[in-house]
Amino acid sequence: MKKPFLHNVETDSICQPPSPSVIFVDRAFRMLARLGVILVFSLIVVLVLEIGIKALPSIQKSGLDVITGTVWDVGQQKFGILPAIWGTLYSSLIALFVGGFFGISMAIFLTQDFLHPRLAAIFRAIVELLAAIPSVVYGLWGIFVVIPAIRPLTDELNESLGWIPFFSSTLSGPGLLPAALVLAIMILPTIAAVSQDALRAVPLRTKQAAYGMGTTHWEAILKVMVPTAATGIFGSLVLGLGRALGETMALAMLIGNSNQISLSLFAPANTLAAMLALNFPEAGPSEIEVLMYAALVLMLITLVVNVLGSMIITYAQRGMK
Amino acid sequence: MKLQTGVRIGVSGVILAIALLVTSAIQAQNDINPPVLNGAGATFPAPLYKKWIAAYKEVDPGTTIKYAVVGSGEGIKRFLDDTVDFGASDVPLTDFQIASAPHGAITVLVTAGMVVLAYNLPGLNGVLKLNRDTYSALLRGEITRWNDARIQAINPRLNLPDREIRLVVRKDSSGTTFVLSSHLSAISPEWRDGPGIGKRVSWPENAMFAPGNEGVAALVQRSVGSIGYVEYSFAKLLDLKTAHLENKEGHFIAPDDHVGIATLTANIEQIPADMRIHIPDPAGTDTYPLISFTWLLLKKHYPDGVKGTSLKRFITWCLGEGQSLSSALGYIRLPDEIAKRSNKALATVQTTPAP
Repeated sequence: MKKPFLHNVETDSICQPPSPSVIFVDRAFRMLARLGVILVFSLIVVLVLEIGIKALPSIQKSGLDVITGTVWDVGQQKFGILPAIWGTLYSSLIALFVGGFFGISMAIFLTQDFLHPRLAAIFRAIVELLAAIPSVVYGLWGIFVVIPAIRPLTDELNESLGWIPFFSSTLSGPGLLPAALVLAIMILPTIAAVSQDALRAVPLRTKQAAYGMGTTHWEAILKVMVPTAATGIFGSLVLGLGRALGETMALAMLIGNSNQISLSLFAPANTLAAMLALNFPEAGPSEIEVLMYAALVLMLITLVVNVLGSMIITYAQRGMK
Repeated sequence: MKLQTGVRIGVSGVILAIALLVTSAIQAQNDINPPVLNGAGATFPAPLYKKWIAAYKEVDPGTTIKYAVVGSGEGIKRFLDDTVDFGASDVPLTDFQIASAPHGAITVLVTAGMVVLAYNLPGLNGVLKLNRDTYSALLRGEITRWNDARIQAINPRLNLPDREIRLVVRKDSSGTTFVLSSHLSAISPEWRDGPGIGKRVSWPENAMFAPGNEGVAALVQRSVGSIGYVEYSFAKLLDLKTAHLENKEGHFIAPDDHVGIATLTANIEQIPADMRIHIPDPAGTDTYPLISFTWLLLKKHYPDGVKGTSLKRFITWCLGEGQSLSSALGYIRLPDEIAKRSNKALATVQTTPAP
């Protein structure tokens, strides 16, 4: 009889109490892992504290006025970030709407037996490649491709349907719509990938049961598969929203940096992240306090959205099993 | 074992070689000790300064000059903090700032330019003209569409489009904004009592903000229906259309090199001895209404004599030979009379160590 581990041990039996070195390695690894967890966690705490402390003077000085103020005028020391909050939420929600629609459609197309599995895998890889394109490239593409491409359409809309508040201004160049469209493409891979996982996690027997009851392909998808995977798909949308809220470079290039609150899709706007990126290099001490405040607000918004998304996904996966 | 020894010898050889290289480099630096002059400031003259620095490299290869493009406000701050050898600003130093400079301050006028209103209206059948009331109202946000009756009245033949006017303005603290706002305050009481004069002023809420002259010029270039204020050199670089503006005597003037020199020559007697000139509304028939100057900020005393002399030599060259490079880049070549005065100011810079 072969004893494959015999050369490792001195006795005939391969059972023995752990040697001191094994115990040492085990302990060391546990310590290292614990240290890692503590480091990562304290990093978040330090980050929030650091920004919070730097923002404190401004919070004490102007309280909620910064959040509700609409004027950003360094000369008069007036700092209001409401237009930026509005722009952040507005552009992200439009991006979520567009990106969500295409992302979920793509996930259905790639998981519900429309394509050969091997082909589907290739498509999936291509969609995920979108996530590898640097933000600044998206920004340039937005400036030189998206804006000139949509301008004739937006001019037409403004001329014929200008009475609708969404179309009430002319698109000059940078603006909310081009920014939101580029943002939609940037969050597409996240939404498509997580939605695909959610749809794949639906047990095969659920689908078979649906077919067994006489549903058509589309009935099975829309009435059984998608509702079953709904929590996971919803989670993918929340994660996509989280990414959209924090996106900086492409938006700084495309949003137009204009501190106004407008319903119009074609008007320039501002976002928190873009505002932070563009204002920091030149900011004086009082401006930095307010920018830290704005960073805190942005961090809170994205943190809440991301925690919500992770919770929903965890819940969905638990429900599946 | 043999192989390992070989590797060990190889490694120590490489380390020795690196060490030798480093020490010889340090020695070389000690032997020649070429002066490195650090400057920082205005964005407006930056293309010209870069050109000067590059051209001067051939005149005096031993001197290295570095210029950080950070804006006038930051340039003044760094000069007063004594972290640079020279500063650059489009706004003259105030008396208080001069008094607080650690080694004293001498301002030397080195070049001038024009602030233009650059616009982007594709398909316009002619050049846009703006009179004083109109462009001040437009920059206050009171005229919101291009086919407004006030603009059409000055440009009866133009096919002005029914588009919104998008203002593009400076986000950073800027000498160009200072020149524009002081001109507007001189010609329009509404502007004077409203936004006023400053390196940063309040703008209408739908204005788009961009950093630096190059940022504004680029944003105007890619935004249809936009108008922004930039230095002429940047508009020229990107080939932007510039509006003809009404001057003090009621003529509509296109910004170009000849007009720039004519404007300077017509207003030469207004230049004070310390060169801190500022003409919010220049007089004369063919003068362009928005003229801007830019200064190098020098220490009165250069404790490091080598640095001081090489810097003075560089600036003397800029005021002489260097001026011939100005107009190609869209800057105004200083008339001889002004260059002479600048040289006089430069001569007061002392390079011997302070007692």
